Amino acid sequence: MYTKKVMDHFQNPRNMGEIEDASGVGTVGNAKCGDIMRIYLDIEDEIIKDVKFKTFGCGAAVATSSMATELVKGKTVKEAMEVTNKAVMEALDGLPRAKVHCSLLAEEALQAALWDYAKKNGIVIEGLEEPKPFEEHEEEEEEF
Amino acid sequence: MNKKIYLDHAATTPTKIEVVEAMLPYFTEKFGNPSSIYEFSGQNKEAIEESRELVAKAIGANEREIFFTSGGTESDNWAILGIAESYKTKGNHIITTTIEHHAVLHTCEYLEKNGYEVTYLEVDKDGLVNPDDLKDAIKETTILISIMLANNEIGTVQPIEELGAIAKASGVLFHTDAVQGVGHVPIDVNAMHIDLLSISGHKLYGPKGIGALYVRKGIKLKSFIHGGGQEKKRRGGTENVPAIVGFGKAIELAITSMEAESKRQADLRDYLIEQVLEKIPHCRINGHKEYRLPNNANFSFEFIEGESLLIMLDMKDICASSGSACTSGSLDPSHVLLGIGLPHEIAHGSLRISLGDQNTKEEMDYLIESLIVIVARLREMSPLYEDYMKKQAKIER
Ligand SMILES: Cc1ncc(COP(=O)(O)O)c(C=O)c1O
Ligand code: FES
Repeated sequence: MYTKKVMDHFQNPRNMGEIEDASGVGTVGNAKCGDIMRIYLDIEDEIIKDVKFKTFGCGAAVATSSMATELVKGKTVKEAMEVTNKAVMEALDGLPRAKVHCSLLAEEALQAALWDYAKKNGIVIEGLEEPKPFEEHEEEEEEF
Repeated sequence: MNKKIYLDHAATTPTKIEVVEAMLPYFTEKFGNPSSIYEFSGQNKEAIEESRELVAKAIGANEREIFFTSGGTESDNWAILGIAESYKTKGNHIITTTIEHHAVLHTCEYLEKNGYEVTYLEVDKDGLVNPDDLKDAIKETTILISIMLANNEIGTVQPIEELGAIAKASGVLFHTDAVQGVGHVPIDVNAMHIDLLSISGHKLYGPKGIGALYVRKGIKLKSFIHGGGQEKKRRGGTENVPAIVGFGKAIELAITSMEAESKRQADLRDYLIEQVLEKIPHCRINGHKEYRLPNNANFSFEFIEGESLLIMLDMKDICASSGSACTSGSLDPSHVLLGIGLPHEIAHGSLRISLGDQNTKEEMDYLIESLIVIVARLREMSPLYEDYMKKQAKIER
């Protein structure tokens, strides 16, 4: 059901991990299906030097986060603003219709990370809107 | 290991070679329409009746009480819609549970839109119906109780005999979807006070698209598929003779090997459960510990998502299934997992393993080893796991 590119990014995700003391971190969740994506940005002189992600979600969610990080790495903040879910989907040769919402998560996570960066540095990024607040999951009391 | 490891027998089973061989002549030389007059077609009628006897015997019924259908879904639809229609002068209330198969649930929802009232009994954390809840739900207008014998996702087996006795004492008809139970657990429609029972061929190593509905003698059941005089005028349409013959053969084989096979599979299942719970942290088993199908194990792995897990298992040639929201296509996790009270994120990381007669202990070991690696890998990618670990570190400091 997934294209070769999606499977490749799922099997060998690019830029998976964390960045300590990142310039910006964005976490977004799809309240409905419960998936969560987090993107870390390391920005110097308006250029994205490094980017990492973590994802709790389906194959498409993992692949779109991986592709989104590839698309913004080494780019300027302004260029990163142009990485939409459509761009990510196209770069992956498409997604099944039921999985389009997963690619939105990648766009939102990226913008949330940029927002965090802008806020920390007291700058305004044109066209960037404040992301919806992400509520942390309650810790499970139950023993597993 | 390079062979495919199939661990999704609750979805469907391979058709046994003996079954296919029994079916083959009915496509070619024995192709006659069973309703025709000439002798060679008459033999097909006999073949159908032989299968009917085998199906009846498997559940302790009389062959006159068995009607062939196109499978579990049709049997469930027919039982519920048929009783609703035939008994509408008596009442319009039906009782079922929140964890039924969609063949039952969606049929009940359809009836609700058409003037019927449906009570959906909740189940406990292990998936069991409380018999007292059933007693309390029965009222003057109740015409049918439909409770599945064994659940297809979490494998919980209901106290059917006790529930059937309650139905009988109240004079209410009792239907059970036994699609997952037949061939795995002993069933006797009389001892269990069952009035209608659904079976499907492809879950017991028979062909797809064939099944049966058992209807206790004396019950008025309106026909559902109108047509010719087949199945005593209750289910029209030229019989699917090859499939009926295959279904008969499959159920005969399943019943013959049931005792030994269910013991063997239960041992494998218990080994798998014990090893997984021991070797993988933050993991739980869903469904009842004791009252469960011998071939079912359903796990939840915290912090990870089921579809990713399934794709990674597939890359290791392991076929399984999940009740995760991402696999459902509807953005909601399985109604069964929600029905036993799992929070969304725990239902998300669910994995159903359903064993079959070809699975071995070596395959369980391979599965366990694969799961250890895959779960660790997915947790490494999970922001939830990262948060959890950071919180733990803070607590320790
Ligand atoms: C409990 C249960 N009922 C009904 C069905 C439907 O059976 P069939 O596929 O033969 O229509 C299934 C199979 O998915 C099932 O597991
Ligand atoms: S992340 Fe849930 S469907 Fe893609």
